[in-house]
Amino acid sequence: MGRLQTMTVGGALRVAVVLLVPSFSVAQNKNVCLDCHSKLQGSLKVTAEQDAAAVHGHKGMSCVTCHGGNMQDEARAKAAGSGFRGHISREQIPQLCGSCHADVNSMKRFNPSLRTDQLAEYHTSVHGIQFAKGDVHVAVCTDCHGVHEIRAGSDPRSPVHPLNVSKTCQRCHSDAALMKTYRIAATQYADYTDSVHHEAMVVRGDLSAPTCSTCHGSHGAVPPGGGSVANVCSRCHVLQAQFFDESPHKAVFAEGCATCHSSHKIKHPDDNFVSLAAGSACGECHTKDDDSGRVAEAIHGRLHKFEVQVADARVLLARAETSGMDVADAQVLLGQANDSLTKARVRVHTARFEKVNAELDAGSKPAVAALSAGEAAMKERSFRRRIIFVPGIAILAVVLALGFYIRELERTEQGSQRPSEDADRKMAA
Amino acid sequence: MDAAARVQMWIDERLNLQELLAPLREKTVPVHRHSQWYFLGGLTLFLFTIQLCSGVLLLLYYRPSANEAFESVQNITNHVQFGWLVRSVHSWSANLMVFCAFAHMFSVAFARAYRKPRELTWMTGMFLLFLVLGFGFSGYLLPWNTRAYFATKVGTEVPGQLPVVGHWIMVIMRGGEDVTGATLTRFFALHVTILPALAIGMVMTHLLLVQKFGTSVPASVESEWQANPRLRKEIKFFPNFFLRELMGWYVVLAFLIALAAFLPWELGTKADPFAPAPAGIKPEWYFLAQFQTLRMIPAKIFHIDGEVLGILGFGLGGALWLALPFIETLLGTRGARYVRVGAVLALTYLASMSVIGYMAK
Repeated sequence: MGRLQTMTVGGALRVAVVLLVPSFSVAQNKNVCLDCHSKLQGSLKVTAEQDAAAVHGHKGMSCVTCHGGNMQDEARAKAAGSGFRGHISREQIPQLCGSCHADVNSMKRFNPSLRTDQLAEYHTSVHGIQFAKGDVHVAVCTDCHGVHEIRAGSDPRSPVHPLNVSKTCQRCHSDAALMKTYRIAATQYADYTDSVHHEAMVVRGDLSAPTCSTCHGSHGAVPPGGGSVANVCSRCHVLQAQFFDESPHKAVFAEGCATCHSSHKIKHPDDNFVSLAAGSACGECHTKDDDSGRVAEAIHGRLHKFEVQVADARVLLARAETSGMDVADAQVLLGQANDSLTKARVRVHTARFEKVNAELDAGSKPAVAALSAGEAAMKERSFRRRIIFVPGIAILAVVLALGFYIRELERTEQGSQRPSEDADRKMAA
Repeated sequence: MDAAARVQMWIDERLNLQELLAPLREKTVPVHRHSQWYFLGGLTLFLFTIQLCSGVLLLLYYRPSANEAFESVQNITNHVQFGWLVRSVHSWSANLMVFCAFAHMFSVAFARAYRKPRELTWMTGMFLLFLVLGFGFSGYLLPWNTRAYFATKVGTEVPGQLPVVGHWIMVIMRGGEDVTGATLTRFFALHVTILPALAIGMVMTHLLLVQKFGTSVPASVESEWQANPRLRKEIKFFPNFFLRELMGWYVVLAFLIALAAFLPWELGTKADPFAPAPAGIKPEWYFLAQFQTLRMIPAKIFHIDGEVLGILGFGLGGALWLALPFIETLLGTRGARYVRVGAVLALTYLASMSVIGYMAK
């Protein structure tokens, strides 16, 4: 006591700072909720790691933000007046999440660029409409985003990251028993995994490739109606949609693009798609006896012929290139021919032969030129290989002549040395 | 008297060529079971001459700027009459010259032909090998294709790792912070003026020393000859040995032309400094061992940067190899054995690291 009295004001302040700062930070970090819940099991278990990984934790939110209560003081954790809500039922979830995520002012404080219409969209979705009818089995926010370990959608570990969306949706939509109650097929995910879109997304890692939410929407998820399919596809396949609008199919295809390409199991179409052969798209409705069937056959024939021409040029140029011939200019021509083929394949959506043919005609000149350049390169290669025989034979002749000359030279030298050696020997004798 | 003899007599009267050529006539070359290794030096010289001739022909059309270099090489390959042959022969003979230079060096090391009084012959030969590698490094960039651009970028980064002077050396080599058109001009000047001048001077010195000290006989053969002088056999350098060399050169020339026709040297695509480096970029085969070592060396060895240690190691190895004749003398009676073991280890290291580097992705 005596010592305290002798302390200066400055000294007392320093002691106060030293003692208070750690206690303040301890108070800030204290979380009595986790003290208990980290030891519990099942849905009640929440660990400090989960809390730390969540995007909400990063923004300074904690258990009490959603559940209420007091996380500083164990005795008052669930006390009356602390706003403790305890367990949040599925019925409460959309509204609870929306209390911040639909509030423009709240979101401005944490992430001003995040949209705030998710709850409004949810109410327009099939999930939201069913939910409003009292069906709590449909998806709510936490079914897709997770509960305590919610990560940003851009985090590859998030269930709503583009790479994971289809897996998240299939948790319910591949459940045949659950889907049966809604009279929905449960094969969409299996079909999607067999599609060109899934390959682009998962195999090639192209995050711009379509996944479930790209076509159906995320919070406002609904199946696009037959008339809207073309609109949905045209967001990426702009030209195809434009040419489809010009085609006679536009008026009669009730399911739009899906009529030929299907909806989820969308395969990469090849030129046989436009033919009357078994498994082709055109052959589903047309035969060789109707005019449209004959147009399909004509388009297929023209595409096939051009493709063969381009493939021949490609093989020839590759051969010339591996033989060391420089065919860079011819490769540019081949690229132009390939572009025409691609454009013609897109023009197929007009279902008009003259449109497809016009594109291929534009590509014919570079295709022929590329083939000619390849032939010229191969001819030059043969010339180079033949011409070296001229110096080769000359060199061989010189080498042989040198060999004979050296032999003769050394024989003569030995001959002239022998008499002198014999004389030396005689002298020695 | 025919015209040729009259011209010869006219020249002799003025320059006394016969006297100048007399030592060449008296020069002899030993004949024994290892004599075939004597051809490697002459072969390297022949390939160097081909380099000079084909290089001069390429110079007629080559344009040393980042905008035109690739196109000019493309023009040589595609449009200039027999340009494809000259370019391919230049590239292939460069590689064969490096190979022959290395083979010649190891044959001299194993035969211990660097012994007194030939220490300076060994050292000038080593300097020639460094110059040959300099030719390879500087010439590789000149077509300005993708592979050459990025290999040069990696190659010039290596000395840049050295402490204190590293960055300075790298900037001098590149003519700036990055590999640009300035680097190309610099490498071109080095390739067609500085290095040839140095190489021609060094070749003359090397040949003068070879002429002065004569051809070395391996120690094992020499002891056999001393024990039995009747086994000693020699042939005249001119014309006997020279004609044999000429035969070898013709065979190599035919081989070069065949390589140029059947395996023309690839040009690739024009370098794009803004494009990402292609995967698996590697230097030419004669720098692969060093490249692979730097890839495999740990990041830190005793708190020192691994790459810096590697570069210093190459420098030390090169210096020790250069001083080989003196090291053997310093080591005394065991010197020869240590040098042989060192040469075997060096050859094994270079060969194995090159193979690993070639196989690595």
